[in-house]
Amino acid sequence: MIVTMITQAIRFGVVFLYGSTGEILIEKSGHLNLGIPGIMCLGGVGGCLGAYWAHRTGLPPAVVVLIAVLAAMLVGGLGGLLYGVFTITMRCNQNVTGLALTTFGAGVLGFWGTQMGDKEIFFAPASRYAFTPSLFFGNKTPDNWFATIFLSHGVLVYLGIVFAILVYLVLKYTRTGLSLRAVGENPAAADAAGIPVIRHKYVACVLGAAIAGVGGAFYLLDCTRGSLEYVIDAMGWLAVALVIFSLWRPNISIFGSFIFGFLYILPRYIEGVGLAEKELLKVVPYAVTAIILIVISFFNKKETQPPAALGLPYFREDR
Amino acid sequence: MPAGPRFLSEKARVTMGNNLAIEMIGITKAFGTKVVANKNVNMDLREGEILALLGENGSGKTTLMNMIAGIYAPDSGRILVRGEEVVIKSPIDAFDHHIGMIHQHFKLVDIFTAADNILLGDRKGPMILRKDRVKKLQAEVDRYGFNIDLSRKIYDMSVSEKQTVEIIKVLYRGADILILDEPTAVLTPQEIDKLFSVLRRMRDEGKSIIIITHKLNEVMAISDRVCVLRKGEHVATVETASTTERELTDMMVGQKIDLNINREEPEHPIPRLMIRDLSVVNKEGLTVVDGVSFDVCGGEILGIAGISGNGQKELLEGIAGLQPKSGGDVIFRNPKENKPVTFYHKDLKQIRAMAARGFFHDPEGNPVDLTGKSSKEIARLVNEEQILFYEDEIIDLKDKSPREIQELGIKLSFVPEDRLNMGLVGSMSIVDNMMLRSYRKGRSMFVNRKKPKQLADEIIHDLEVVTPSDMVPVRRLSGGNVQKVLVGREISSSPKVLMAAYPVRGLDINSSYTIYNLLNAQKKRNVAVVYVGEDLDVLLALCDRILVLCGGRVSGIVDARKITKEELGLMMTKVPDEIPVYTYDNLREEDEAHEN
Repeated sequence: MIVTMITQAIRFGVVFLYGSTGEILIEKSGHLNLGIPGIMCLGGVGGCLGAYWAHRTGLPPAVVVLIAVLAAMLVGGLGGLLYGVFTITMRCNQNVTGLALTTFGAGVLGFWGTQMGDKEIFFAPASRYAFTPSLFFGNKTPDNWFATIFLSHGVLVYLGIVFAILVYLVLKYTRTGLSLRAVGENPAAADAAGIPVIRHKYVACVLGAAIAGVGGAFYLLDCTRGSLEYVIDAMGWLAVALVIFSLWRPNISIFGSFIFGFLYILPRYIEGVGLAEKELLKVVPYAVTAIILIVISFFNKKETQPPAALGLPYFREDR
Repeated sequence: MPAGPRFLSEKARVTMGNNLAIEMIGITKAFGTKVVANKNVNMDLREGEILALLGENGSGKTTLMNMIAGIYAPDSGRILVRGEEVVIKSPIDAFDHHIGMIHQHFKLVDIFTAADNILLGDRKGPMILRKDRVKKLQAEVDRYGFNIDLSRKIYDMSVSEKQTVEIIKVLYRGADILILDEPTAVLTPQEIDKLFSVLRRMRDEGKSIIIITHKLNEVMAISDRVCVLRKGEHVATVETASTTERELTDMMVGQKIDLNINREEPEHPIPRLMIRDLSVVNKEGLTVVDGVSFDVCGGEILGIAGISGNGQKELLEGIAGLQPKSGGDVIFRNPKENKPVTFYHKDLKQIRAMAARGFFHDPEGNPVDLTGKSSKEIARLVNEEQILFYEDEIIDLKDKSPREIQELGIKLSFVPEDRLNMGLVGSMSIVDNMMLRSYRKGRSMFVNRKKPKQLADEIIHDLEVVTPSDMVPVRRLSGGNVQKVLVGREISSSPKVLMAAYPVRGLDINSSYTIYNLLNAQKKRNVAVVYVGEDLDVLLALCDRILVLCGGRVSGIVDARKITKEELGLMMTKVPDEIPVYTYDNLREEDEAHEN
């Protein structure tokens, strides 16, 4: 059973990973996007529609996956663009804008869900043929524990990890990453150094939202295998918590997401406890995040703090 | 071009002479509709020279330079770089013209290493950051003679080291025109010497340098020419060798303008606030107020003059208890003589103890004896105002909280550069802003809106605040009206000491006069008024005495009726060898009587 649990933990963890990778990218530009849950909902809608269309058209599984991912990124990215226009250009309050976007995204998903009464019929086949099958084993079941845990997942699990590693590498080892981090730490300094601050903020917001959007699509198409019974926005909040848990580092976020995934599925596998205790267990990831926050503020090390300009609008001619 | 560091390039070593590096013609820049920062300014910088840009605060030095650096865009006028007319829209454009500005507030990313800060925004380097980038850069910087470890993080560095990083940064980006905005403001004398030798070396290598400053001795020490601005306008540009500090001061402060502010002689001034050897250390660990001593008398307006950033703000905040004092005393003489004791501050036990020490008399003038009297009886005497003080109460403000100091009647109204940052909450209405001072009063858990509303309406009426209603968010009022609300609120609580810092900042003439009248009315009420101002003409016309601050120290207390503007200007830029202290005749006589 432990093997199944770990396998499931990784699968669900990757949903958080998509969300937190996107959010880290956005936060590194100095924008706190609380709209991530909503953006994941939007990405979910986009991904499902893309998969449905591609599957109905009769395209091969690989193309179905590709189109679904691109559609999720497109719709999620549009959500990020909306957020960007409000917070970067119009300099609205980031928290309010983000929360509004979350409500909006959850609403769109709910609306789409109720309108498409027999939605399972629409995209469940797509997920059965194109998403859930293991990248390495197809529809066969692997015979040893190692393969089950690490190799039995659908393609989107690996894509999520690749995204996280890519964002990590870009932030740490490229000039663009250095510039982006400077924008999030001290936009005035970045501006004075000739970095196009606004452009960096927009790119981070749109790209981050696009990555988070794939998370929503992955959740609907793979984790729940084409059913809408679980809500994504709850997972979106865990993704935001994961950003803090991983101290704004995508590489830590990969392992953090597995821990969060494990804590998330744990209640389903524990037997002999009541419903109340199971509900209580769901609090654990948030509690851990709160503890992490206390610990990092206790050490007060500059490197573990959020980007210094997080949440502050930037206007060059401000006096 | 050799493959070495870019700041060693031969390109910068152009022939020295009268080629102009920068020429600004007829530059005008306004913020909003009222504040004109620069008006038709002409300035030029020769190649291979150090030009000092001199002026008081608000004379538009930094604004002018920000237009070369691409931070602001001029409203009108032309900028020529090396003889070619250019439009500098952003810092990137400035880099492209080899212009680098070192801002007063350093623009560095704290958690990056010095090396990463220098490499930041450099579009010519490789896309992938190399591991050995710090080492390579370090080697280049060492060769140029800078003594700094580039692998250290900025937050570990001293102010002077940060400044060095800023200089290396602009040099690395290929700048051969450098602008330094008050580079010495935060440095120790030794660090200033080091900076100046670096600047001289750079000039000798052909760089053109503008240094913004208001310190005359530095102008004389470092610059080749001086360009003087006053109130946003260009006054003159002169060769440093052919001018004197005196002459520069005259240009800086200009002719005296008669303002016709009504000023009466103070009536029997008594020291209300006595400040002795007050020192304040700011967050960066610099001593910003250094052993300041003076008295403020009831019934006078004491002006504080000085170039901004010379300790005015910290001095007032130190007195008001908002900044921790690192040394010295602030004594407040509470005007209690012949006033009845109240329960407002004292409890029964304290009143008993004070009576035993002979502090009180009754209305007939006989000492009050409370021994053997019951608490009830004493309470009755207090309520019937039968217990009066013999003398003023002397209170040491050392251990008092800002709130206690306020309740004693020492009010501070500070108008910062961005007016809404202190004292008022922009998104709240005038009434709610009145309540910020009164919400603690009363016993009910609900706030009383009636009195604040009355007060707000009174202020609107008396001070002619232009507003649609008293419920409009303060943010939407014009600057002058915001200031009237702020000053009006502080005055309404009948203070005993009123400290007004820059109350007319950014106001038009009429609103300014309303404020002057308010302050004069307080002076007539025997309030000790402290007025911190930027405009010397106003200080000379409004105040009775003027305290001049320079570098956090007192460079003199003078009679505002006799001092000239030039003398003031000189004191603002240099502490004289003999520090004048002017006191009122009646106090001087008292002192002499004491000595005899």
